[in-house]
Amino acid sequence: MTERLSVDVTIVGGGIAGCAAAAALRSAGMSVALLEKNLCGAGASGVNFGGVRQQGRHLAELPLARRARPLWDELNERLGEDVEFQATGHLKLARSDAEMAELERYANVAAEHGLRLQLLGSSALRSELPWLGAGVVGASLCAEDGQANPRLVGPAYARLARRLGADIREHAPVTAATRSGDGFETRTDRLEVKSRFLVNCAGVAAGFIAAGFGEDVPLRPLVPNMIVTEPLPFFVSRSIGVCGGGVYLRQIARGNAILGGGDGWGDAESNRSRPLTGVSLAAIASALAIVPALAGCHVIRTWSGLDGEMPDVIPVIGFSATTPNLVHAFGFSGHGFQLGPIVGEIIAELVTEGRSASPLEPFAIDRFARPAQAAQPPQAGVGQ
Amino acid sequence: MAGLFQRTIDRAGAEVPLTIDGEPVRAQMGDLLITAILLHRAALRRFEFGAGFRAGFCLMAACQDCWVRLADGRRVRACSTPVEPGMAVLIEGVGPG
Amino acid sequence: MSALAEPIVAIVGAGPAGVRAADALARAGLRPIVFDEAERPGGQIYRQPPAAAGRVSSGIYGFEAKKAQAIHGVLRDGQDRIDYRPRTLVWNVFGRRLDLLTPDGYREQRFDHLILATGAMDRVLPFPGWTLPGVFSLGGAQIALKAQGVSIGRRVAFVGAGPLLPLVAHQYAKAGVNVVAALDATTFGAKLAQVSGLFASADTFAKGLWYTARNRLRGLDVRYGVRSLRVEGNGRVEALVWRDSSGLAQRVACDAVGASFGLRVEAQLADLAGCRFVFAPELRQWVPERTAEGRSTVPGVYLAGDGARIGGADVAELQGARTALAVLEDLGRNVDRREVARLDRVHARQTRFRHALDAAYPFPGHLLDAIGDEEIVCRCEGITAGALRQAARDKGAREVNRAKALTRIGMGRCQGRLCGETAAELLARACACDIESVGRLRCQPPVKPIPIVATAP
Repeated sequence: MTERLSVDVTIVGGGIAGCAAAAALRSAGMSVALLEKNLCGAGASGVNFGGVRQQGRHLAELPLARRARPLWDELNERLGEDVEFQATGHLKLARSDAEMAELERYANVAAEHGLRLQLLGSSALRSELPWLGAGVVGASLCAEDGQANPRLVGPAYARLARRLGADIREHAPVTAATRSGDGFETRTDRLEVKSRFLVNCAGVAAGFIAAGFGEDVPLRPLVPNMIVTEPLPFFVSRSIGVCGGGVYLRQIARGNAILGGGDGWGDAESNRSRPLTGVSLAAIASALAIVPALAGCHVIRTWSGLDGEMPDVIPVIGFSATTPNLVHAFGFSGHGFQLGPIVGEIIAELVTEGRSASPLEPFAIDRFARPAQAAQPPQAGVGQ
Repeated sequence: MAGLFQRTIDRAGAEVPLTIDGEPVRAQMGDLLITAILLHRAALRRFEFGAGFRAGFCLMAACQDCWVRLADGRRVRACSTPVEPGMAVLIEGVGPG
Repeated sequence: MSALAEPIVAIVGAGPAGVRAADALARAGLRPIVFDEAERPGGQIYRQPPAAAGRVSSGIYGFEAKKAQAIHGVLRDGQDRIDYRPRTLVWNVFGRRLDLLTPDGYREQRFDHLILATGAMDRVLPFPGWTLPGVFSLGGAQIALKAQGVSIGRRVAFVGAGPLLPLVAHQYAKAGVNVVAALDATTFGAKLAQVSGLFASADTFAKGLWYTARNRLRGLDVRYGVRSLRVEGNGRVEALVWRDSSGLAQRVACDAVGASFGLRVEAQLADLAGCRFVFAPELRQWVPERTAEGRSTVPGVYLAGDGARIGGADVAELQGARTALAVLEDLGRNVDRREVARLDRVHARQTRFRHALDAAYPFPGHLLDAIGDEEIVCRCEGITAGALRQAARDKGAREVNRAKALTRIGMGRCQGRLCGETAAELLARACACDIESVGRLRCQPPVKPIPIVATAP
């Protein structure tokens, strides 16, 4: 028995971006159906590190990250629940003079984008954080960056969108999404949804949706490899990353230390993923070099999931290059969490106004298709 | 000091000296650390997320309730760790009931 | 590995199932590897005191002394036939590889065939006061006595919902401990109704009657049909309060309580190995799917004993032996078909008994019916029943992994061992949906807490 819906906008993918878009579109008076293959927020939105971070981003992302930052301050109020955002500051560590020079370079460029970073030498660093391991020569601090609980944000956005009247269907994997007249028809096992607009924020599966409209993109699965310890007395007061992005760690107020680095094993087709022991061991070794005081604790859980990665490590955001009224937002390459709230707004802008207040040119989907103008290589020093 | 546990058999075995919050007590070779502590105390550790203490539960390394802190920085699961001479357990001053 | 090399058969668990599997494989000319977390073999049912405790009377095993000694002897005397690795935790399985925590740190082990004989633990239900110092599981109380020669207290009360209750009460009383109460959360009627089925294993039934008779002679009657319970005390156990089968409030002063309600499978490695699980209504829990021969749904992965389905020590021994024969068959070796038939026959009889026993001690879900919002469900993290109900009511949680993500239930060190089933029960009640639909907690490696440093190469 097929249920038929007719809405202004169909959104495929119930992560933070999709649910935030659903909420924003409802506020703009559009009717919305959102189709999520599993549970909202259970994909990359829910399994990431939880860093709410502007520092270290590709410069193209900085305007979006800057625009997202104030949303995090109001997020609890907007969502009606506590998603545990704390502006603990993000500290990017240099473990050599060359890395320190890289941090200085980035700080100068970031300042032009309105991001204030503070460079710290070894003694300043250690007077605040006496537990830092040897080998750290300095750091760049973004005091207004921080962390939140990724397991809570996506589901909270979904509830907000529902309260605003979005029709959200979970356990509803999309089996087909095609053009239909001037609009679209999107199907699941039990649904046929007709809409004027289609939004593709289907995460690791977004490539399939795009391909259906003649847009083959080099989206590949990215499998975070995450580790969490038992609760410990709280002392890691900053969210920590390193130049080059190889390891990242933070400690939540309850005391568990969360760390990650490297890729686990994943299979997008079966939607399965597992952390890899060798990768976990390497991340732990890196983390212990930075925070030796963790050496006496125990690992109680590891996890992974499936994110989507683009070759230039920045997402696809914007209109389809082949099909009117199709909006893409995917490929967040392991750092979509902080952007999620603003990506939702941007999707709504594109749908309702045909343009966004944010510069989206670097995220155009056809940057992979343009033979004369190859996609920009990843910027040196980009990472967590 | 009387703790939670009491011995029901007299077992031959060397005495094992240890300290609990700095106070010397005696256990016996063959005692697990949980036994060594609970013969003298009514708890193993403070509960992290509320008032009160914990004293273990399953004694088979499943519930993970009996992790204790030693003065040398080690954390050990008391029900699966044999007591060793010189162990210095830190419970933070819990006395008997 | 050359095609002619011996296949690597790994067994996890040195309880009755794992030991019998190893024994059978060794007799067929293989040299299986047996990994066990503990220092000495026997699992929990035949758990031995630490080696440093010196010689201990076999009386601690009561009627089962001969069986216990036989199990201990297989690995103690069989080091040339069986590669026995005690004090080794298998904390992960991925593909054909095991991750180990050994006394020398982190190691890996490849395998061709894997027998999971990981046993069971007490099933825990929360009740007011259950986190007070002095409250232990029933199994924990028994281990204190068996493996350490200590009582959990001076005035001890026991609460249970299985045959372990009269046994532990008897063992404690025999050891001279003042047992002030033995409460059964299931009804006497449930047992009467199963008498003919229980006769399928007449000797076990007789033992049960004997414990009950001995308890009665000591003036210790098991009280059946307990409707609710509560432990009181300021910082430690001081009294046990309950409502009896007539609804009357009862109270006994005590300084320790041993309380748990049946057993639950320890099947985390089966989950990580990719085995399919099925809900077993008569046990009221999810168990890994297992054929009668011991095969899981994953080729090369086998299951035996309480870790596959609660069946007791005798069934575990049978399944260990039978599963080893399945492995040999799958290796293309000849197996003694008469032995197969014999094992299957005895197993079938035991199974009839087990069905009756399960029905005699049905899951006492009624203990959860009146549990207040303020009661702790997740012991590790201190999460209350109210938080879980709120997640169901206000956040649409309908499935136990989503409830975990929203409330933190199951995120503690025990990884859901103590709270997972309770969370599912309360969630099903809060959503007014059936227990199977809320699912089970997905397992993630490591299956137990592992030291962060020992994992570094």
